Amino acid sequence: MVGSNKGIRMGTMVLVYALLLATVFCMLVPYLWMLSSSLKLNKDVFSFPMQWIPAHPRWENFVDIWTKIPLGRFIFNTAKLSVIVTILQLLTSSFAAYAFSKLHFKGKNVLFLGYIATIAIPWQAYMVPQFIMMRSLGLNNTHMAIILLQAFSAFGVFLMRQFYQGVPDELCEAARIDGLSEYGIWARIMLPLSKPALSTLTIFTFVSTWNDFLGPMIYLTKTDLKTIQIGLRMFISQYSAEYGLIMAASVVSIIPVVIVFLALQKYFVQGVAASGIKG
Amino acid sequence: MQNETVLQPKKAPKSLLSKGVRDHLVAYSFIAPNFIGFAIFTLVPMFFAFVLAFVKWDGSNPMEFIGFDNFTRLMRDTTFHKALWNTIVYTIGVVPFTMAVALALAILLNQRIIARNFMRTVFFFPYVASLVAVAAVWNFIFSPTMGPVNNILHLISGVPIEDLPRWAADKHWAMFTVILFTVWKNMGYYMVIYLAGLQGINPELYEAAELDGANAWRRFRNVTVPQLAPTTFFVLMILVINSFKVYDIFINLFAGADNQLNDSTRVMVYQIYNTAFRSLDYGYASAMAIVLFLLVLGITIVQFRGEKKYGQ
Repeated sequence: MVGSNKGIRMGTMVLVYALLLATVFCMLVPYLWMLSSSLKLNKDVFSFPMQWIPAHPRWENFVDIWTKIPLGRFIFNTAKLSVIVTILQLLTSSFAAYAFSKLHFKGKNVLFLGYIATIAIPWQAYMVPQFIMMRSLGLNNTHMAIILLQAFSAFGVFLMRQFYQGVPDELCEAARIDGLSEYGIWARIMLPLSKPALSTLTIFTFVSTWNDFLGPMIYLTKTDLKTIQIGLRMFISQYSAEYGLIMAASVVSIIPVVIVFLALQKYFVQGVAASGIKG
Repeated sequence: MQNETVLQPKKAPKSLLSKGVRDHLVAYSFIAPNFIGFAIFTLVPMFFAFVLAFVKWDGSNPMEFIGFDNFTRLMRDTTFHKALWNTIVYTIGVVPFTMAVALALAILLNQRIIARNFMRTVFFFPYVASLVAVAAVWNFIFSPTMGPVNNILHLISGVPIEDLPRWAADKHWAMFTVILFTVWKNMGYYMVIYLAGLQGINPELYEAAELDGANAWRRFRNVTVPQLAPTTFFVLMILVINSFKVYDIFINLFAGADNQLNDSTRVMVYQIYNTAFRSLDYGYASAMAIVLFLLVLGITIVQFRGEKKYGQ
C-alpha cells in the first residue's frame, strides 16, 4: 500500500517535471532562436537543421544595426520618455494618493469615484478625441504628447492609495503633533514607507511606456522622434529580408526590459498578485 | 443655559474656519498635479468622444451634427461587422485557452519543486518582453516555407511543405496563430494571479478533504475550484476586456509595411484607428469607439454583479 502510494507520488512528480520542462522549453526557444539568429548571416538564419551556436558568429550584425537605422536615437527617445513618465507618475500619484487616504476634504469621494470609474474605460475608446485635442494644442509629433498621455493615470493613484490605506493614521497624527506639515509627512514618512508600492508602480509604468505601441504610432510619425517599438517595426518592414539584423535589433530592444525586470521582478510579481487578490 | 451650550459648538467651528480652509487648500494642492493632468488629458477627451460620435467631421471642415447617422451606418457596415466578428472569435479562443494553461501552470508551480522561481520568471517574461521583437521571431519561426516549425512538421509527417498550414499568412490559420501567440505571451501574467489565489487557500481545507478520503481530482474539484472562484472571475473579466482592446498583436503578426490588415484579421481597434487616422472620418471612428466602450462597460457591470455574488 505504502509502496504503491510512493510509486504514484514518484509518477506524478515525474509528470509534473516533464510538463514544466516542456513548457519552459516552449517559452525559451523563441528567445534562443532570436539570440542565435542575431549572430548569423541572412542565408544561414533559416538553414535546416539549424545550428544553435553559429560556427562563425557574425558580431558585425550588432555593429551594423546602429548605422543602418537610428537605433541609438530610438533607444534614447524611449529611455527619455520612460524615465520622465515614470518620475511624473510616481510623484503625482503618490501625492494625490496621500490626500485621498489621509486627508479630509470636500468632494473626496466624488473625485476618487471619478478616478476609479475611468480605470474601466479603455483608452482606445477616447484615443481619437485625445489626438484631436493634442493636435490643436500643437503637440502632434512631440514627445510631450506621449508624456502627457501617460503620466497621469488613474491606475497609479489607485495603486498608491491602496497601499497608504494600510499605513496607520496614528503615524500621521503623531507626526502632525510633532509639528510636521502635511508635505513633510508625505516626504519623510509616507514615501520611505511605500517603497514596495513605488517599486511596483515604477516597473509597471516603465515597462508599459517602454513597450507602448499604439500611442507612439499615432503621435510620432517623424523618424527622429520614434521610440524603439515603432522604430523597430519600421526597420522590419523596410529591410524584411535582413533576418540577422532584424534579430540583432530585437535583442537590443529587449535588453533594457530584461534588466529592469530581473532587478525588480519581486515587486512586479507582488503587484500582479495584489491586483488579483483585490478582485 | 441650554442656549449657551448650543451656541458654544457653533462658535468653535467659526474660529476654526480659516484652519478648515487651509486644510482644504493643502489637500487640494496634493490632488492638483495629478488631477489637472488627468482631467485635461483623460476626462475631457472621454466627454468629447460622446459628442464626436454624433457629428460628421474630417478635422478641417466645420463639424456637422448628424444625430444617430453614424450608428445606423455602423449597422450596415459589413467591414466593421467583420472586425467585430473577428474580435469576438479571437476573444473566444484566447480566454478559455489562457485560463486553462495559466491555472495548470499555477497548480504545477504551487508544488514543492526545484527551480520554482526560475520557472516563474521564464513563464512570466514574455509578458514584459517587447511585442515587436517577439512577434518578429514568431513570424520567422512560423514562416511557411523557411521556418523551423514547418520544416520539423514536414520531417515528422512527410507532408510536402507547400501543403502545410501557412500560419500567419494563411487566412484559415491566421486566427489560430494569433491566439496561440497571445496565450504564449500573456499566460504568465494570469499564472501569477492564480498562484496568489492558490496560496490564499487555507491548507486545512485540503487536510480535511484528505481525511475524508478525497482523491486528488476530488480535492481539485471540491476545494481548489470553489476557493478560486473569485480569482477565476477576475481573470476572466480582465482577459475578455484585454481581448476586446487588441490591436498591436495583430499589426505585428499580420501587417506589412503599410500597416493594413485584411478581412480575416481586422479587429475593432484597427477599424477605429484606420477610420480616424487614415480616412479622417473622426465622427464615424468615435461611433465605433462608443461600441467598444459599451461592450467593455457591459463586461464591467457583469463583473461588479459577480464580485458581489462571490464577495470577499
